[in-house]
Amino acid sequence: MGEVIVITSGKGGVGKTTTTANLGTGLAVQGKKVVLIDTDIGLRNLDVVMGLENRIVYDLVDVIEGTCRLKQALIKDKRYEGLHLLPAPQTRDKNAVTPEQMLKLCDELKEEFDYILIDCPAGIEQGFKNAIAGADKAFVITTPEVSAVRDADRIIGLLEAHEIRKPRLIVNRVRADMVKRGDMMSIEDIIDILAIDLIGVVPDDENIIISTNRGEPAVIDGKSMAGQAYRNITNRLMGQDVPIMDLNVSEGLLSKMKKLLGFKTA
Amino acid sequence: MLDTILSFFKKKESSKDVAKERLKLVLIHDRSNVSPQFLEMVKGEIIKVIQNYMEIDEESLDIQLTKTNSEDGERMVPALVANIPIKGMKNAGR
Ligand SMILES: Nc1ncnc2c1ncn2[C@@H]1O[C@H](COP(=O)(O)OP(=O)(O)OP(=O)(O)O)[C@@H](O)[C@H]1O
Ligand SMILES: [Mg+2]
Repeated sequence: MGEVIVITSGKGGVGKTTTTANLGTGLAVQGKKVVLIDTDIGLRNLDVVMGLENRIVYDLVDVIEGTCRLKQALIKDKRYEGLHLLPAPQTRDKNAVTPEQMLKLCDELKEEFDYILIDCPAGIEQGFKNAIAGADKAFVITTPEVSAVRDADRIIGLLEAHEIRKPRLIVNRVRADMVKRGDMMSIEDIIDILAIDLIGVVPDDENIIISTNRGEPAVIDGKSMAGQAYRNITNRLMGQDVPIMDLNVSEGLLSKMKKLLGFKTA
Repeated sequence: MLDTILSFFKKKESSKDVAKERLKLVLIHDRSNVSPQFLEMVKGEIIKVIQNYMEIDEESLDIQLTKTNSEDGERMVPALVANIPIKGMKNAGR
């Protein structure tokens, strides 16, 4: 029996789609059977981040309305065995799907897959309600900014109201240099305020943009800091105890030498 | 003048501390749903207690969630401010 995890944030543009793509790919690389569902109807993006935009025939609403069978709509990623995408329609309205229908779909997918990751749209309206309807767990994404943390707090309240207990936090786009000089809230500051468990920290990393340009999630890039962060989160999700990454970018001589000698620090 | 000299020596608060303080305050409002219902509930309870000792003007009782200076004057902290006009004391209070 698989597990349904919704990736949500409240505020837009904080990294939900990026996180869904990276965790999904990370899990598939580890041999899991995974489906990613894009629930951002009308503004789909998970397909391009995954580099699967040219392979879409059917979408989420086609499945729900019975225009096609579930199997027909699932795009198989040929690069990673076990990875599938169910894209969102681009030309439909959010009300084309109900929470009950999403719940039914998730229950069906759980029979066959290990992980179902749901990329939630921004906001707290219908799209959010659909995205969380079938979820067993939730990952809340925030960045170290006042507006994003505030929205995360609101989302945590709503998740709990919908009986999705103990959501876990991912802090994205952290800049160690700014934290160091006191111009960015630290992970401790954010956890202190939101009072939820942390599952990971992802640095602000230009490799995310480069990998999105190519349609290849950073998690497969051994040299990317963000990729390492997503590999760590993938392992934690699978139950391993991995220490939170030290994002310190201004390294001392010793760690530089270690790196030159091929020791991994991340 | 003295103020400007003093403020020259006082280190400017880091922007992340400002962010944290502001977040804490705004979340108190967000979390308590400072929905009118929440404040009405608090108000109802306060009236019940105070009425044991005083006669109060229920109509003009005013209660709000707001901010005030902390004791050390360094920060703003959330405060529940109630303005309760008293009409008279009850015997029990004497
Ligand atoms: N760790 C990171 N470092 C650098 N850039 C990042 C990082 N995470 C996300 N981004 C960039 O931020 C932008 C928004 O990311 P993404 O699309 O994943 O957010 P989202 O929460 O899904 O947005 P929306 O609410 O619009 O669906 C993208 O351009 C992405 O490349
Ligand atoms: Mg998105």
